Amino acid sequence: MNSLIVVVFLLVLLSVGYQVGLTRGRAVATTAQRTMHSRPNYHGLMVALWCAIPAVVVLLAWALFSNSLALGNAQSFLPPELVNGDPAALRETMRRVEQIASGFGVVGDAQPYEVAAGEALRSFRTTSFWAMMVAAALLGLLGLLLMARRIAPRLRARNEFEGAVRLLLIACSAVAILTTVGIVASLLSEAMRFFTLVSPIEFFFGTVWNPGFTTTGEAGGQYGLLPLLWGTIMVSAIAMAVAIPVGLLSAIYMAEYADPRVRAVAKPIIEILAGIPSVIYGVFALITLGPLLSDLGALFGLQIRATSALTAGIAMGLMIVPFVSSLSDDIITQVPRAMRDGSLGIGATKSETIRKVVLPAALPGIVGAFMLAISKAFGETMIVVLAAGNAPILRANPFDAISTVTVSIVNQLTGDTNFASPQALVAFALGLTLFVMTLILNVIALYVVRKYREQYE
Amino acid sequence: MANVDTASMTPRPTRGVESNQDRLVRIQKGLRRRRAAETRFRAYGAGAVLLAVGFVVFLFGSILMQGIPAFWQPAADLKVTFDPTLIKVDPKPVQQDGQSPAEFRRATLDWERAVTMVNWNRVIENAVREAAPNVEFTPKDVQAFVSPNQRFVLRDMFVRDPGLLGQTVDVELLLSANVDNWLKGNIERSLADDRQQLSPGVRSLADTLYADGTVRMIFSYVLFTNPDSRAAPAEAGLLGAFIGSLYMMLIVILLAVPIGVAAAIYLEEFAPKNKITDLIEVNINNLAAVPSIVFGLLGAAVFIGYFRLPLSAPLVGGLVLVLMTLPTIIIATRSALKAVSPSIRQAALGLGASKTQMVFHHVLPITYPGIMTATIIGVAQAIGETAPLLLIGMNAFVATLPATPLDQSTALPVQIFLWQGNENRNFFEPRTAAAIIILLAVMLILNAAAIYLRSRFERRQ
Repeated sequence: MNSLIVVVFLLVLLSVGYQVGLTRGRAVATTAQRTMHSRPNYHGLMVALWCAIPAVVVLLAWALFSNSLALGNAQSFLPPELVNGDPAALRETMRRVEQIASGFGVVGDAQPYEVAAGEALRSFRTTSFWAMMVAAALLGLLGLLLMARRIAPRLRARNEFEGAVRLLLIACSAVAILTTVGIVASLLSEAMRFFTLVSPIEFFFGTVWNPGFTTTGEAGGQYGLLPLLWGTIMVSAIAMAVAIPVGLLSAIYMAEYADPRVRAVAKPIIEILAGIPSVIYGVFALITLGPLLSDLGALFGLQIRATSALTAGIAMGLMIVPFVSSLSDDIITQVPRAMRDGSLGIGATKSETIRKVVLPAALPGIVGAFMLAISKAFGETMIVVLAAGNAPILRANPFDAISTVTVSIVNQLTGDTNFASPQALVAFALGLTLFVMTLILNVIALYVVRKYREQYE
Repeated sequence: MANVDTASMTPRPTRGVESNQDRLVRIQKGLRRRRAAETRFRAYGAGAVLLAVGFVVFLFGSILMQGIPAFWQPAADLKVTFDPTLIKVDPKPVQQDGQSPAEFRRATLDWERAVTMVNWNRVIENAVREAAPNVEFTPKDVQAFVSPNQRFVLRDMFVRDPGLLGQTVDVELLLSANVDNWLKGNIERSLADDRQQLSPGVRSLADTLYADGTVRMIFSYVLFTNPDSRAAPAEAGLLGAFIGSLYMMLIVILLAVPIGVAAAIYLEEFAPKNKITDLIEVNINNLAAVPSIVFGLLGAAVFIGYFRLPLSAPLVGGLVLVLMTLPTIIIATRSALKAVSPSIRQAALGLGASKTQMVFHHVLPITYPGIMTATIIGVAQAIGETAPLLLIGMNAFVATLPATPLDQSTALPVQIFLWQGNENRNFFEPRTAAAIIILLAVMLILNAAAIYLRSRFERRQ
């Protein structure tokens, strides 16, 4: 409700500002002795902008600080021994106060001070909201007046407005930087907290993963990364063993051999695979592929568990096929025509040309594509959560259940708000490991692919 | 080029004298070998394509085979009598003169509570007894036969129309998940009694009524109209998850698309070529390849741990997905901007447009189809994402429909994840596949819409 009011208010402010600027600009234009620098609609946009900026600043400030102010105000109604006493009891009381303020009422009899605090909370919220609205409106009006007075033939309204637009564009680009900073900062800080509880040596070189449970409230448990890392590498290796031959060969076939009609049908079909959410591959691996592999293994006298590194790896490999094939396709088609013609001209067959001319020339790019695919496999979560069996044990048998870094992140941190126990914090240490691993792969791969592109451009 | 194996292409230097005949034979042999290698190589390629296409067919085939039966579920057409001897409640209160609205509301609520306390199970039991007079069963069997929350269907009917008291009406009641399994043959029918989930009474009820047409397979509308339910699996639906996904989709469209397009415009059109823009560029390419679960960790640490936003809220999920899809949208929009011919830029600048005018009035409109594609790619990626949502608590069981983006909710892919883990595998495996079909259908509709919009835009230009 309140947010709707705010949105409508801002829209009204903007349109009023624009109209005022526009009319004023037009009026100035008709009476001016000289031609205007900017057209009237830029005057309108400038006024609207100066209307909105102070109002938005006030609104943001209110959104950030009003709640803590309101709660602080409500707390002053509570008896001091409660406020300075047990934090849990205070939290519980404040929850009841919130409920009284929201008008739903509470279970059981409310203490008089609770009712008083609730009333205070409610009235503070209402008053502060309307006070904020009035302040925002007044400031917006002030901006409007100041800006409208500046309108004159010489005013470079268009340039000012375009400068503001450019600032906005820069701010949007900065979001991407901020995201990276946020990722690095949050992973690092939480991982550091974890490393104060568990030594990094124990984490990075430990061979046993057995984190125990949060409820025991102690750091007890073993946090060895190696079994998880091994699981990740094993599943990724199986996935690559599926994705690289299938992806690369189909890319070669599509790029060099396929009839255009076949290509027009088969290429989109294979690309469908890239658009399917990974949870679907996971369910498919768990329900269909796992039992199938297990039965197949039984035919050959092999013990294959339905949820195993093999099941997860094959499903993941199939998911990555279109990724490998479309990247390789791009790279193969970039190899200059002249190289092919030269090879064919001296009598090589098509496959000889591909194997001995095109592929060696495209090798750096293809290696880059494979590295991107490996990084994708490292970070894949849902397939391994569902189909790898979740057994964080260091073992080499791919037919057995394993666990990976991503699985353990999900297991350790599903909807936890209290990041204090090592059991939850270890998720960030795992995340940091995963981030660094994929980052290294990505940076090298992107560098290689870029260098490769430049070579033939 | 240096790697070219010249030996296989040029005749080997002849050792001694070789007759023309021998040479011909040798060359022909070599050619045969090389042609065979050619055919083999080509077959490998065709095989790889066939394997990939075959897998797509297999994947979709198995999902459809498993999922389609779950779109039908058994329901019984019963003649339900609203028996006054069982439904002993006062008449529905009406607003009296001098009664305040608050008092009236309280009276209505009290009355509704009394209606809820009515033994609706007995009402259903009587209706079942009437439909199957020759079958022996206990009251407990009826509760295992009809889906548990169906009594609220009768309650709601009565609350809406208290005049039903004493009347007999035709009502379609959904049957329980285990009856669904039994009738569809998903339970081994030959198992001994002590190993069956359903008692003999329920089984004979199901078989008798199915044979005489009282029980029919109806379209599972609950999939589309109900939120998740644990008490009554047969009535569990996807609406709650769908609304959660819809909120997140809106947040992605409202935030990621404008920010992404603006960032792409700046980087492509305005940014000076220097170290900083280079850094941003590398950074965006890297972000696109960061595993999605890392974004989940970011969301858990920043939005939930630091900003104290509520757990399981579509708002938080949406924000995480915004950050995740941003690089995709930026990269796709940049390539659309790159494709605009420089002559348009030069023409606009030459006629005196400022750089901002050139970009927003002339370049950007041409890229709308490209931006549309970028949006759809981003939204489709976001809507299918599961892992980061698990970390911000969206895997909680939520049996209500989220009214605002701040309420607890799940999302479609998360619901798939939750359903596949349900203990009643016989029932939930097909339901999971049905949910997958619905998710894929949503993505298909999105893509079809994108293609349609794109073709319209392109025609106009």
